[in-house]
Amino acid sequence: MTASTLAPTYTRWSRDQTAARVADDIPDGAVVNLGIGLPTAVANHLDGDKEIVLHSENGVIGMGPAPAEGEEDFDLINAGKQPVTLLPGGCFFHHADSFAMMRGGHLDVCVLGAFQVSSTGDLANWHTGAPDAIPAVGGAMDLAIGAKKTYVMMDYLTKQGQAKLVPACTYPLTGIGCVSRLYTDLAVIDLDATGATVIDLAPGLTLGALQALTPGVTLRQA
Amino acid sequence: MINKLVASATAALEGIGDGATIMIGGFGTAGQPNELIDALIDTGARDLVIVNNNAGNGDAGLAALLAAKRVRKIICSFPRQADSHQFDALYRAGDIELELVPQGNLAERIRAAGAGIGGFFTPTGYGTELAKGKETREIDGRLYVLESPIHADFALIKAERGDRWGNLTYRMTARNFGPIMAMAARTTVATVHEVAELGSIDPETVVTPGLFVQRLVLIERTATSAGGFKQAA
Repeated sequence: MTASTLAPTYTRWSRDQTAARVADDIPDGAVVNLGIGLPTAVANHLDGDKEIVLHSENGVIGMGPAPAEGEEDFDLINAGKQPVTLLPGGCFFHHADSFAMMRGGHLDVCVLGAFQVSSTGDLANWHTGAPDAIPAVGGAMDLAIGAKKTYVMMDYLTKQGQAKLVPACTYPLTGIGCVSRLYTDLAVIDLDATGATVIDLAPGLTLGALQALTPGVTLRQA
Repeated sequence: MINKLVASATAALEGIGDGATIMIGGFGTAGQPNELIDALIDTGARDLVIVNNNAGNGDAGLAALLAAKRVRKIICSFPRQADSHQFDALYRAGDIELELVPQGNLAERIRAAGAGIGGFFTPTGYGTELAKGKETREIDGRLYVLESPIHADFALIKAERGDRWGNLTYRMTARNFGPIMAMAARTTVATVHEVAELGSIDPETVVTPGLFVQRLVLIERTATSAGGFKQAA
């Protein structure tokens, strides 16, 4: 096969489009935690007509945008240790309360990045398992299992072209059966104990073509 | 009369010896009590077990304590950061032991110690590498891992205002681990930027009641530095 026969006939959603799609699905009044990495972009697309409360696990709720240059105060940071602001109504709390909010099921939505997600919603996003890698987990395992709904935002394929939606994660697990929806550049997919259901496809992409990219996982059409 | 205010950071650390378990407050640089860590380095204490969320940023504070090779083991959730080179070098050389704990389990293990809890079942980490070998239990259809409390000999934390009874308030997200570490250590040392007259801190706003604090040190305020992420050159 030549490269030209492999050329896709579909248009991938951009990361911004994917972030906007996630933002659209977050209801007014929701309390949301956006993980470090791709999910951070969701904040840029939250509809101003909706009141959505952002939580960060280091101990702040009601987080606002980044401060103007020169206004940074590094006692007011998010989980990525970047400077943020506080909106009216926001407040601070210690770490045990912050993780009680999460583990106790008080957050409505959590959006995370991932290395791999299994068709039944297992998540691997904290460690590649490489022997020379220094492991760091942070709040990933608490975030994965704590919110009422855990969404993952990721590219569908690795740089090498392998699907990150897999029959079983080969990277170390973050949580089991915790991801309820996957937002990617190729498709939006619901996950539960019975498997993967495609609810939206990128323009020009067919279920058959997506299935061909996803060995070992049976994709159902919603 | 109760007066927990001590004259200096050095005086506040009296009694710390080799092998002590020390909780150090802070999430990255926010809430990290650099002056107490500098004084800890000066004590010469070694083979320390340190509890912190991270494993040092840049070359100051906790990173300086690591660089001085005083730490035998660190219990933390997120050692690897853009500026954790001091820890990274020790870890790669096999010169430090790492106990990696999911952040919420770390917080709850510290809180549990302070609250007199002997252990607790948490869903966080179930089925992962970080729960290997730990007792598990199904409760009402959900799967949990047994986690144990983390006690400490000393907690070194950074607060904002305090009074001679040790009542504390904090500043924004610099609060992070301060209140729970204060509960979990036999001796808690807090820095404050202002010592208030007893009774002048609105009792409705006290975050850490004074009984959790044994020693208080007044430190001049300096702006908290950035840390923990890649900064533009």
